[in-house]
Amino acid sequence: MRLTDEEEAMLAGDMGPHVQWAIDHQIKIGTFFDAADMVPVSQAHMMADPESFGDAGAAFMEDIASGKSKVVIPMITDPRGVDLSYYRPLGQTEEMASLERRFITACETIGIMMTNTCINYQTVMPPVFGDHVAYGDTGVVIYSNSVCGARSNFEGGPSALAAGLTGRTPRYGLHLEQNRTATRRYRVTTQPKELTDWGVLGAVIGRKAGSYWEVPVIAGLDHAPTSDEIKHFGAAMASYGSTPLFHIVGITPEAPTIEAVGGTGLLEEKITAAEIAALRDSFAGHGDQLDVVVLAAPQLSLVEMREAASHCAGRHVKKPLIVCTSPQVYGDATRMGFVGTIEDAGGTVLQGTCFYNQYAREIGEANGWVNLLSNSAKIVNILGGYGYRPALASMQDCIEAAIEGKMA
Amino acid sequence: MTRIFACHTGIGPIVSGEALVAADNFSARYDLDRIKGVFSRPQHLLFGQSYKDKILVLNTAKGGVATDWMLHEMVARGVAPKALILNSANTILAQGAAMANMTLVDRFLDGDITKLIKTGQMITVNPQAGNIQIVSS
Repeated sequence: MRLTDEEEAMLAGDMGPHVQWAIDHQIKIGTFFDAADMVPVSQAHMMADPESFGDAGAAFMEDIASGKSKVVIPMITDPRGVDLSYYRPLGQTEEMASLERRFITACETIGIMMTNTCINYQTVMPPVFGDHVAYGDTGVVIYSNSVCGARSNFEGGPSALAAGLTGRTPRYGLHLEQNRTATRRYRVTTQPKELTDWGVLGAVIGRKAGSYWEVPVIAGLDHAPTSDEIKHFGAAMASYGSTPLFHIVGITPEAPTIEAVGGTGLLEEKITAAEIAALRDSFAGHGDQLDVVVLAAPQLSLVEMREAASHCAGRHVKKPLIVCTSPQVYGDATRMGFVGTIEDAGGTVLQGTCFYNQYAREIGEANGWVNLLSNSAKIVNILGGYGYRPALASMQDCIEAAIEGKMA
Repeated sequence: MTRIFACHTGIGPIVSGEALVAADNFSARYDLDRIKGVFSRPQHLLFGQSYKDKILVLNTAKGGVATDWMLHEMVARGVAPKALILNSANTILAQGAAMANMTLVDRFLDGDITKLIKTGQMITVNPQAGNIQIVSS
């Protein structure tokens, strides 16, 4: 890779051992992907939950924090794995909370802002068109690339940290214009109506595309989605396909036309009603068995919190209802009464976490949760590996099921 | 007879071990019980099988970013695969391999690597040279 004088100095250790680690890490990755050089980034966003980083990751961050290095660009965080104000009732242990506290302290020491959100593009500071960033969380990356027109690869926690310490990232993947043109072309034949429909549509496209290096371009949608709808669409596509970028003709900023994203010569595949139905059927549940209802992945926006509260108003759940939102939304949702309405109905609102990265296996075992219902196409895809039998329904039907105590 | 398959230059040290192969994709978060060291996702073709000290041969990555931290954590506890061999890695697997100093190679010239290697074969992975060698069947 071609390095600037400043990057050579980082590599030589002139800026300390932790910046040296960061640039060395980035050079390894850049070399693997044939990057010619580094590109400056304006923000970094780090995914890090204790189930993922473990004791080794906490010790790694504490070592970074023991030095003099600080992050040199605004750096924020993805949801935590432990809501420190509400973890014992979930069956989380002191050991889990301790790992989380150690990690948070280390992050704060080096100047990371603990936003704890996967909807930073709705709440903190959305990137702008052409903005090079180093974001973690696949849902954040696909929204930022596709809807905002920013430039980011999926950056895992340590790599986002490296970008925070150096202020740059290797110029490969979606930082290069040639990798943003369409490679797969789809036509929607059934219009999605609500959030879960959008998630299922994104899941079907993601599964068909099936690789980080494919860029779907989609036509046939008869209206522009809301921010929450395209959030679920992208999060599911990224989950099922490891897809970091899509274009929707006439809607997303890089695709005013099919020609603009190089899709003219691509064979168009129809997304059929049968494919949509097949994906839904794979998450149809097991009879009427229900143990827990989860609204999360991505964290709920203020608008989603209002909707959840409207379905809960004046009623009471028979099965646990867990709602995950960001600390930013939580404040507003509390002030506006949405949190209180959900809690009055017996629901639990967690802030700054997301269910699937909260030691999902352990809290499932601690509470006897197996049959899980959610409106998130993303989370039902993840939780099968954690010992759950996940099922999918709209937000309204999820909350109705929690109130009735069984699947509809 | 030994066979050598050329690939792109990879990450990590030279390693030898037993291959565990499937025409399926990979995510540490979605697919593994990392405490038991087995594939735990019922739909995965390697469901129930141990990955500890194996050289995993799979198609590509799926899902999210957690695999970056998770490979580091798995190696630290000593319950990890020796190497990852893929048709196509995504950014997260490369970042995770770099973080964990786990051997990773991808982009083979001879076609679908999950069809060229069989489970149980002993192989050597040389990421610096960009090749893998089947040393015994």
